[in-house]
Order: sequence, then C-alpha cells, then structure tokens
Amino acid sequence: MIIKNKAIVADEWTVLRPDAEEAAENVLVAQGRVIVPMRVWQAQRDTLVQRAETGVWLASDDRPEDLQEDIQKFTVIAVDFPKFADGRGYSLAYLLRERLGFTGELRAIGDVLRDQLYYMQRVGFDSFALRSDKDMQAALKGLNDFSISYQASCDQSQPLFRRAQRGVL
Amino acid sequence: MYRYDQFDHQLIAERVAQFRDQVSRRLSDELTEDEFRILRLQNGLYMQIHAYMLRIAVPYGLLSSAQVRMFAHIAKKYDRDYGHFTTRQNIQFNWIKLPDAPDILADLASVEMHAIQTSGNCIRNITCDEFAGVARDEIVDPRPYAEILRQWSTFHPEFAYLPRKFKFSITGALDDRAAIAVHDIGLAVVKNDQGEVGFRVLVGGGLGRTPVIGSEICAFVPWQDVITYVESIVRVYNQYGRRDNMYKARIKILVKALGIEEFKRQVEADWLHTRGGPCTITQAELNRVSACFTAPAYEDLPDEDVFQGDNKAFANWLQRNVKSHKMPGYAAVVLSLKQTGIAPGDATTAQLEAAAELADRFSFGEVRATHMQNLVLADVKQTDLFDLWLSAQELGMATPNIGLLTDIICCPGGDFCTLANARSIPLAKAIAQCFDDIDFLHDIGEIDLNISGGVNACAHHHIGHIGILGVDKDGEEWYQVSIGGAQGNNSSIGKVIGRSFSFGQIPEVLARLLTVYVEHRYDDERFIDTVRRIGFEPFKTYVYATPVENDKELAGADYALLKVGVPYDMPYYSPRF
Ligand code: SF4
Repeated sequence: MIIKNKAIVADEWTVLRPDAEEAAENVLVAQGRVIVPMRVWQAQRDTLVQRAETGVWLASDDRPEDLQEDIQKFTVIAVDFPKFADGRGYSLAYLLRERLGFTGELRAIGDVLRDQLYYMQRVGFDSFALRSDKDMQAALKGLNDFSISYQASCDQSQPLFRRAQRGVL
Repeated sequence: MYRYDQFDHQLIAERVAQFRDQVSRRLSDELTEDEFRILRLQNGLYMQIHAYMLRIAVPYGLLSSAQVRMFAHIAKKYDRDYGHFTTRQNIQFNWIKLPDAPDILADLASVEMHAIQTSGNCIRNITCDEFAGVARDEIVDPRPYAEILRQWSTFHPEFAYLPRKFKFSITGALDDRAAIAVHDIGLAVVKNDQGEVGFRVLVGGGLGRTPVIGSEICAFVPWQDVITYVESIVRVYNQYGRRDNMYKARIKILVKALGIEEFKRQVEADWLHTRGGPCTITQAELNRVSACFTAPAYEDLPDEDVFQGDNKAFANWLQRNVKSHKMPGYAAVVLSLKQTGIAPGDATTAQLEAAAELADRFSFGEVRATHMQNLVLADVKQTDLFDLWLSAQELGMATPNIGLLTDIICCPGGDFCTLANARSIPLAKAIAQCFDDIDFLHDIGEIDLNISGGVNACAHHHIGHIGILGVDKDGEEWYQVSIGGAQGNNSSIGKVIGRSFSFGQIPEVLARLLTVYVEHRYDDERFIDTVRRIGFEPFKTYVYATPVENDKELAGADYALLKVGVPYDMPYYSPRF
C-alpha cells in the first residue's frame, strides 16, 4: 500500500533495488510495472522504453537533468531518501517538476516518515511509500500539518505575499 | 517592529499543535529518539547535560517589552529564574522539561514568538546589526529585508534538511556590526551609483573547525531579486554540499572545493530560471513590511551635554555603554549582561522584567539583543540617561565595560553543552574576577575576548582579538589561545600562539599579552591594531619566555562548585542518562 493523492491505495508498482555491484546492463527487469534505478534505465533504455508503462527512481546523487529527453515517457518517477535527514531529494523533486516539467506520479521512497510528508508534498511529491514499520493511516495527518505557507513551491506557484491580502492584524 | 498578521498567527498556532503532537508521540514511544531528535532540533530543543535546552528565536535581535516579559515568565515558571542570550541574538533556557515545551511554545505564540529553526540543519535565525534604524552610519535599514527573508526561510519546504546548519547575517551600515564575513551568507544592503538599493552578497564564511572569511559572490543583487538569488545559493548547496562528513558539510567547504567562480556560475545558472519570477519581491510587500519599522515618535530635541564631570562612574558608563544616535537629543544604550561573577549573557527573571520596564519608560517599549550577548535600548532621550543609569545600576546591568576586556563573549561550554571539550563560563568568570579594576579595563581599551568551550566556535573565538578555545587532552581540559582575530569590516582569523594552557594559567597568560600590548602601543592604539602592526612574535615570545604558574586555587574553586551536582530529576528519556 502507498499514500497517493492523499489516500491509501494499493501499490501497483515494484521498486527494483539490485545489488550495487551488479552491472546495470545485466540486471533483470521483470515484466509488468517496475520502477528501475536510474543506472538501469540508462543501460537498458532501448528495451525498457518499449514498455507500455515505465518507472525510474533516482538516488539522492543522481541528476534529474539526465532524464530530460525521456521525461514525459515515465508513468512514475521515484526519489529515494536513504535517510530522512538527507534533504537532497527535496531539490530533486522540485527540479523534476519545475525545470523538467514532469507531470506524472512523483513518489518518495526509502526512509519516508510522517513528519516529512508536508514538505515533500510541497516540493511536488504526490505519492509516498511510507517506511514499512509506520502506520499509514496516522501518517496521512502529516500531509495537513499546515494550512499556510510563506513560499512558492510546486504546490503554490506564488509566494504568500502575492496570493493573499496580507497585513490584517 | 514587525507585527504578525492573521497568516503569521495561524502558521505559528499550527506549529505549536504540530510540535505538541510530536512530543506526545515521543512520550508514547511512537517516535524513536532518533526520529524525534531531528524534529525537536528544528524547534530549538537540545538535549544538554542536565536537561533540555530550549532556544527561542529573536528575529534579528528585536524584542518588544511584552516579549521580554514573556521571557521572564518562562524563566520563572519553567526554568530556574534565568535565561541566556546567545551570540545569534537568541535566548535560551537551560532547564526545560520536555512535556512543558509545547506549553512554552503556546505562551510564546501569544507574543508573536517561536523557536522555529533555531537549531538543526536548516536556515537559522537571521542576525542583524543591533543598531539598525538608529545608527548614524546606516545606508539602508536592513530590518525589512531581514523580516522578508525570515518569512521566506521559515518552513521552506526544500531546505529543511540541508547538509548542515545555515546562517544568514545582514547589515545596512558602513561599519559591519553583524559579522557578515563569517556567515554562510552575509548580506550588506548597499546603494548603487543610481541610488538603487541592493545587496552585496558574501558566501561561504564561517567559523567552527575550519574558519573562513566569506567570498563575494555578487557585488550587487537588486533588492527585488534577493529571495531568488539566495534560494539558488541554498539549492546548489543542498544538492552538492558534502553529507559524508559533518565537519566538511558547511557551504564554505563546497565553495572552497569548487572555487568561488565555479560556485557562482552554478548559482547563476539556477537563478536564470527564477530571476524575475513569482518570488521576486514586490514593492507592495516591501512597503507593508517596512511600515513596521518606521521611526518611533521622536521629539524634536537638541543634543545635550549630559556629561557630569564629578561623577566618574557615570562618566565611565557614558563613555562605554552609550552610543551615538542618528537623531539629535537621543542615544542608544547598551545594558551590560557582563557583570563580574555572572555567566556572560545570562539575565535573571528580575533583570528581564526590569529591562522590559526600562524599555517602556525610556525607549518606546523596544529592546534589542546583541550578538555580543548584551541588551540595547536603542532610542533613549539624552536627558533620561542619568535616570536610566541609576536604574540599570540597581539591576546589575550598568557595568561600564562594553567593548572592554570583561565584555567577554562566551558559549555555554562544559557546564551545559554535550559537545564541549572544556568549561567556558567558569573561565570567563575567573577572568572577570582577575581583571575587575575598571580603571585598568578602561586603560586597556577596546578588546574582544571570546571563549568557546569546543571547536564549534559558538563564541566566535577565531574573530576575537584574543580567542580562547577549550581543547581536550586525554580527558583533561586545556585552552588554546589565539590573537589577531577580528570581526567587522576588517575581519581576520586569529592565529594560535602556541601550546595550550591549563585553566589556572589563563589569567596570567592574558596579563602577559596585555603587558606586551601596553609596552608597544602608540597613544590610543587598540590591542588588535598593535598586534597587526608589530606582529605576533613579540606576544608569543613573551608569553612563553618563562613558565606560567598554574593557579590551582582559581581552577580548583570552580571544580569544587561543579561537584555540588544538580538537584534535578533527569527525564527518563534522556539519551545521556
Ligand atoms: S562552542 Fe562547543 S562547547 Fe561551546 S556551546 Fe558551542 S558546541 Fe558547545
């Protein structure tokens, strides 16, 4: 199960996490809906691109620009959080949405916890594979921690000072 | 000062609710300490040696008297009747119980305050010139920009989990009183030849293990573009700053590794996409925020000659603690929190209440916290100075030592901080006791003495004219002494004079450094200028020429004090106990 568009739904995808040592071109990608690591995508692009639906995931040191020419081919792009305190994924998500114009499902995977969901959704994530030991129902609340935000980001194209009449005491 | 509107109020209320929920999930063990630690840090809650410490944000150091009274209330109700002002113009309370923290935040929210992002690897409280708005050398008042940046950085969704903490400082005056060169981003508000307002932007300055003076990344960013520009800096840092080694994770290391030219290229490549976009600051928003920082209702007054020749104590105070003001007939007054025998920067409940009272009586109800760990009443009528001095004296806040040797900047050190190598507060107290003679202090003149208990350099020892750093040698505390550091326009990093000293040797070492200074100084040359002129060697040679006696009594007395222990029941969830 995952959280998608603020609801708990069945996960139709499998995230492929091959051994780091395994050469990318040799990794076996099962049929069906598989989210492959970026290096596997790059090594096997010509065959994977034939599939009806494709998914790829970025490690926190992968570069989103490298997906530029394929960006609209993916049904889902996932960004991995190796530790929840590793914040690179927030900028990766922002760049995928804002700079590369990705409009498909953007999923947070890895060390994904309730108290980060609000920020994650702001930078463009719309689905969350919560860490398996955590309660998804409770985590849904994390999406609504705040109703106000000062900055523009992927959920709000304008900063607060442009979208609201400020200054009422 | 800035007043919250309905949005600011709601955001803070939601924050209190969120943190209350996080604390209750921690207490019920739904959150592990590892998961909670990072959340509580983003709210300024540290686990220290004895208890939790809560650091409250004082945006750019500006406080209303109501806020200062709230500190007094917190000190009385939740702490041990005192708070500690920090070098980031914040205040912290040392004896907090975790279950009380949400209530304290709710109390703070009632006076438009919070503890958001006062620690953790995120954008911290933005510091500012403590004389902003009143200084004679001010070009542009930096506070509206500081407030706009505060809002931008508060809960910025992309930058809550940076590689390391991230500090901004901002000044709008000719004389940099905000140490902008030693911040991750330093901003100087400037005017260009056309009279347009913008920012000179420095990046990659910092202290800690690797002290670095910041590099100029841009000489002039128009004010409208400052959010988008700094956002690009932080975005590049968030992606490429090192995360494998916390000692190499600050932006200064990235800037050094790439070189300022390449770093600037990457930042400006990112900025191309956002420059002129929706995050560009509007004139309407600048006007709205600036309206909060208009001058108070000054009276039309002449400059007074308040000097009273027969009152030496008052004269000393006028000379050291009273600063010039842009309005005739007014002055800015520094209330010293550096009384001998008191930990530098500490203020008791009574002092906090009194400071609020004095602010209401003499200074339009505003107080400022300084990065030198003192308080400022920025708008005092010159004719009120004598009365103010009398009242401040009663409260122990009129020590005439601002800028002098005993105006020590000092971090909490080994008495409180889990990261310390050595104690700093007892050393500061011992030094203050040894150099208590006010005539001697005035004769020595301006000198910055900074004492950090460990390499994090919270007391900025690298930029003290004399810097003292606690080091650990086989479990014993020792102190390394450096000279030649400076903050301000002419910033420099101090140089260590040689092998380190014991606690009991430090006062004698200081005395020797001062002896060399007094022998060599010209007229009223400051210590730092003498060091720069004659160099480092004469000081070093003299200090190490003969063995320095270790005054065991001096150190021993304090050890005894420390062994009294703490009558406090430790929270059971404390990872240290
Ligand atoms: S300098 Fe070190 S000892 Fe002092 S407060 Fe900072 S971390 Fe603690």
